[in-house]
Amino acid sequence: MPGVVINMRGLFDRIRIFLRILLPSAVLFVAAVANAVAGPYEDALPGLTTDSYSDTAAALDQVSGSGSDLAAPLLQALKDQRLQFSAVEKKVLIKTADGKLLDAATGQPFAGTPPADLSNVRLNNRLRNLLDAALGSLTLMAADPNKRYDAAQSVFKSRDAATMPVLEKALAAEQNARVKAALMQAKAAIVVVTADAPAADKVAAIAVLRDRGDQDAMALLQTIPANAPPDVLAAVTEAKANIERNLALWGTVQNLWYGLSLGSVLLLAAIGLAITFGVMGVINMAHGEMVMLGAYTTFVVQEVIRTRYPGLFDYSLTIALPLAFVVAGAVGIAIERSVIRFLYGRPLETLLATWGISLVLQQAVRAAFGPTNKEVGNPSWMSGAFDLGGILITYNRLWIIVFTGIVFAALLGMLRFTRLGLEMRAVTQNRSMAAAVGIRTARIDALTFGLGSGIAGIAGVALSQIDNVSPNLGQGYIIDSFMVVVFGGVGNLWGTLVGALTLGIANKFLEPFAGAVLGKIAVLVFIILFIQKRPRGMFALKGRAIEA
Amino acid sequence: MNKSVHSAASRPTARKWLAAAAGVAMAAAGAFSPAKAQDTIKVGVLHSLSGTMAISETTLKDTILFLIDEQNKKGGVLGKKLEAVVVDPASNWPLFAEKARELIAKDKVSVVFGCWTSVSRKSVLPVFKELNSILFYPVQYEGEESERNVFYTGAAPNQQAIPAVDYLMSKDGGEVKRWVLAGTDYVYPRTTNKILEAYLKAKGVKEEDILVNYTPFGHADWQTIVADIKKFGSAGKKTAVVSTINGDANVPFYKELGNQGIKATDIPVVAFSVGEEELAGLDTKPLVGHLAAWNYFQSIKDAKNAEFIKAWQTYTKNPKRVTNDPMEAHVIGFHMWVKAVEKAGTIDPDKVIDVLPGTEAPNLTGGISKMLPNHHITKPVFIGEIKADGQFDVVWQTKDLVPGAAWSSYLPGSKDLVADWVTLKCGNYNTVTKKCGGSGS
Amino acid sequence: MTSHPLIRMLDRGSTLFLVLLGAFAIAIPVLNLLVPATSSLHVSTYLVALLGKYICYGLLALSIDLIWGYVGILSLGHGAFFALGGYAMGMYLMRQIGTRGVYADPILPDFMVFLNWKELPFFWYGFQNFGYAMFMVLFVPGLLAFVFGWFAFRSRVTGVYLSIITQALTYALLLGFFRNNFGFGGNNGLTDFKDILGFNIQADTTRNALLVISCLALGLCFLICRAIVTSKFGKVLVAIRDAEARTRFMGYRVESYKLFVFTVSACMAGVAGALYVPQVGIINPSEFAPANSIEAVIWVAVGGRGTLIGPVLGAFVVNYTKTFFTTGLLAPYWLFVLGGLFIGTTLFLPRGIVGAWAHWRAGVKEKSEAKRSAEAEDGMLPTRGSPSTQPGAAE
Repeated sequence: MPGVVINMRGLFDRIRIFLRILLPSAVLFVAAVANAVAGPYEDALPGLTTDSYSDTAAALDQVSGSGSDLAAPLLQALKDQRLQFSAVEKKVLIKTADGKLLDAATGQPFAGTPPADLSNVRLNNRLRNLLDAALGSLTLMAADPNKRYDAAQSVFKSRDAATMPVLEKALAAEQNARVKAALMQAKAAIVVVTADAPAADKVAAIAVLRDRGDQDAMALLQTIPANAPPDVLAAVTEAKANIERNLALWGTVQNLWYGLSLGSVLLLAAIGLAITFGVMGVINMAHGEMVMLGAYTTFVVQEVIRTRYPGLFDYSLTIALPLAFVVAGAVGIAIERSVIRFLYGRPLETLLATWGISLVLQQAVRAAFGPTNKEVGNPSWMSGAFDLGGILITYNRLWIIVFTGIVFAALLGMLRFTRLGLEMRAVTQNRSMAAAVGIRTARIDALTFGLGSGIAGIAGVALSQIDNVSPNLGQGYIIDSFMVVVFGGVGNLWGTLVGALTLGIANKFLEPFAGAVLGKIAVLVFIILFIQKRPRGMFALKGRAIEA
Repeated sequence: MNKSVHSAASRPTARKWLAAAAGVAMAAAGAFSPAKAQDTIKVGVLHSLSGTMAISETTLKDTILFLIDEQNKKGGVLGKKLEAVVVDPASNWPLFAEKARELIAKDKVSVVFGCWTSVSRKSVLPVFKELNSILFYPVQYEGEESERNVFYTGAAPNQQAIPAVDYLMSKDGGEVKRWVLAGTDYVYPRTTNKILEAYLKAKGVKEEDILVNYTPFGHADWQTIVADIKKFGSAGKKTAVVSTINGDANVPFYKELGNQGIKATDIPVVAFSVGEEELAGLDTKPLVGHLAAWNYFQSIKDAKNAEFIKAWQTYTKNPKRVTNDPMEAHVIGFHMWVKAVEKAGTIDPDKVIDVLPGTEAPNLTGGISKMLPNHHITKPVFIGEIKADGQFDVVWQTKDLVPGAAWSSYLPGSKDLVADWVTLKCGNYNTVTKKCGGSGS
Repeated sequence: MTSHPLIRMLDRGSTLFLVLLGAFAIAIPVLNLLVPATSSLHVSTYLVALLGKYICYGLLALSIDLIWGYVGILSLGHGAFFALGGYAMGMYLMRQIGTRGVYADPILPDFMVFLNWKELPFFWYGFQNFGYAMFMVLFVPGLLAFVFGWFAFRSRVTGVYLSIITQALTYALLLGFFRNNFGFGGNNGLTDFKDILGFNIQADTTRNALLVISCLALGLCFLICRAIVTSKFGKVLVAIRDAEARTRFMGYRVESYKLFVFTVSACMAGVAGALYVPQVGIINPSEFAPANSIEAVIWVAVGGRGTLIGPVLGAFVVNYTKTFFTTGLLAPYWLFVLGGLFIGTTLFLPRGIVGAWAHWRAGVKEKSEAKRSAEAEDGMLPTRGSPSTQPGAAE
């Protein structure tokens, strides 16, 4: 196992990378391989004008084998859906990134009027795979090590024996250790699947794959037939056992990570609820709708940015956060002032009234925005994933965990160090005593409710990155949030934290064995039983009252 | 305590009670009184406008209103205007049955267009049978049903699932050898996957090359399952996912796919419940190349389709409003019904039901769909790849229209059954015992 | 109170309620079956089916009122007991289909055939027997309530905690019944029933008979509830509601009282579900949805909790509103109305319709009595009946 390798695999990065390597790679390729021969390249072009996938595939093969220096730009254009054809005039044109047309046959700007029936050369997945393989072998010697690394990975995937000569050459010239390792693995992949490779080479290749140690290596090892030479088979068995051990270990780490991630989502959704429940003893059934309002705020912010300031898209979440807090907080305070304050001391009625509010809010949003899902995009820094050892960490999950941590810490700090926090804690512990020493409990109630709702709003911003933005968004989280609060105990944020993480991790460890549904049922039953044991949750406030 | 409430009720109380009760009763009777004599033909629309299914069904309600509007511009049917009666079953299945009864018995509609989920259809079935009315059901479903009073304009499994799998096994589809059947845990995915499993095994796919996975409705946390798919897909054979994941759960599923970097070139996902409407809620750039199998795509280039899209966007006053497959099913069904009523010269349900099989109506993709004796219709099948703009690029299509089969020949329970309401007058005729199964009339 | 228990049980309001219910149970079938359809007095079969459904809802509301109105237990999961009773009845009806299912399998219901099941799961045994099925209608919800209550009340889970875990209970059952592997038909549930005790389930006579039986069940359960709440036992229940700790200190075994009433209430909900299923024609997991249980609670709140008559009235009023508002142009506004009902009732009508009426009557009576007996006393009548005004109720 090659230690901790961080491999950027964001999809957008991919596209950007390919755009940038276009020119240098073509030049290098020409330098490396041969003098351009005019024939096969030009002959291939008519195959692109028939709008048939099999003709395109044949033409693609011919182009990539032609050795022409126009091949790489053409393939790249095809991949980016910038390659256009006219069936009538039998012409193939390349559209450059800035909208100019080049004649694919000459690489020169296209003169004259573009044909009327110009349309894109269409791709399907088979063609995309062929393209990736072709471009992979063409970019093995690119200037940027990241591109060479990606090219090596794509050769590893395609295992195309035809790339062997280029691969050898690239390997000989390679200085960068990381790229070199990837090239070695690509070579090993080809050796393993080549039936007539010498046994000694195969054993060496298997060792390389064993060190790679991931699912892909495992997959390759499984392709080795049972009738291979005994020393090869022995190496395979050893390597497989090694990889399996490795994968099992990382599997546990992965489950832990998923649990952490699910737990942080639960925490984010529940933490506002925990505050209002703790301070006011009020169950806010409309809490989920506050989350929904936050998500819709994000949607509106992104819409405005999309239409007015497209450059700011990466900052859309940063802009949405305070807005969502304000919107949801304001709605929360409005609810508290108009409904809940008349219902103090009657928690069950509050529960019913807030349920009514949640129905009204849902239908209001449905009326205002329509019933369908709204598109909320991921900013580039929240897209994609990277490998950390044997697990894949997606950026959006990572950021949500980080974000949850920040919210939790901020809230904890606020409760601990501010006047409002002090008063809130006082009211939580003993409402009448707090009132007696001069705390305006009504004001604290309103502010607490606003704060809880505001936090739900910013939870909505985060959840919009991983879930549907629809009027039903809040409903999906409300029961889980209750479970977290009840399980963790009231009036103690640490209880909520531990509760959320425990439930998240328990869920994720149960899921592989029991399936998603049974896992969830098991967790629910566990909570029901747990509450019998500790009716006030894990971290209950200690008090002397017989009835809290 | 109880004393206080009840012993307080003295004689005058009782009288007022009676008055109040009578008032309620009268209000009820007034509201339930039958509608006055009709000079229009009433068309029932039974789609949820609130609750979880509103997301999909609201559009279908609008579609029927649009079609009625268009028809009325042409002079209506049988010289009468059409009048829509819209009810909201609120995504509540028993309420579907109540509302169906209300439409047929109280509002006296002559036909109902409605339902989305299988359970809502199952819920209203007894009502349609009892009161002998007509339901047009526009959504792809699990098959295994053919009722005299229902006309199924959506796809049966052989019009969607099996062609999609055939495509993936073809050279263009990537010669897939290993299959993940992922679905939401309800009857449509269960049945479809049962059929697909039997079909794949018949095609020589081994047991260990099929992974079946079910998730609850609205499943939001896909990390584990997507990782499992990735793991299953890296066993050295080309792998594809056949997704029967239902509406709401799709967005987080695709988001997770995109983020974990599963590209269509590695593991293509072919979905049966993801259309233009569902994609409207997603950033589709990371999903380019994933597939969907439908009988209609908005992007299909056809004069009829272009005309329909334009009229629809004008009607809804939204130039971005998308169209989708169940909408097309309603379009076909509606036109079939209009033709059948005009041919029968009456709205009498028995006559219309008899006339409907054999009725033809143009679909929006250049063909002519036909109502079959088993109450399903002929449809073309398209495989589309998701494009970056949220539309689909058709990469494969059947040469001819595929007739819908009510009973799957791949399930042991139904392989001997046929449905024929024209000659056999039976929805589940057993070709072995030569008997009508029992639920038919 | 020294009067005969029967007299206490049947005060004027209760007698009137029973008389009205009886009149209803006679009038509707007569108007439906005997009065010709052309007459303006004719009641359509649609209305019979609808009213039958409302009666079942009324019974569910009654069962919730017994525990919420008199013991202060707010169950947000009573729909679970209702649905379990419904499933027991549904299983009987499924077994009655016999070979008339689409696959004509004499034993297995259709959904098992097409999911390729080979034999009947053990928990379906015996359901072809009506008596056994009816026993299960009472036994399954009762047992679940007993076990759940035994755990919950013994460890003194009260107030909103109890509400939330009842919600978790019904949610867990919802998820479970959704699973096709569970053997209850998954999301589609049980449907396409043919007949009950040999009578065609869609015949008008059967519908009317079911309506009459539902009315009888409602009347009977109402009497049971009255018997409970007017007895000495009922006094203890109210004491528990208003001051649980004090009652315990006085030596009453609070847990046992709660457990008994909770179980009785669950059985009643089960009966309501069992009567509901043949009239509606389908039972499926959506009945377990927490939202349904919460909606049932609002019927009680609208009618007036702690009044027994009120919840039945509330179920009628709210469900009629629902029927009314889910048609035609009003359709998009139903959730606004329902939401408004929740908010409005809790804010402005905390006693519900019947409670408010009784309160007002009591006030009037007090005044007139005060006037009559020359010694005028100042101040309001002590609010004896309204649980909502009791300090510390259920917290």
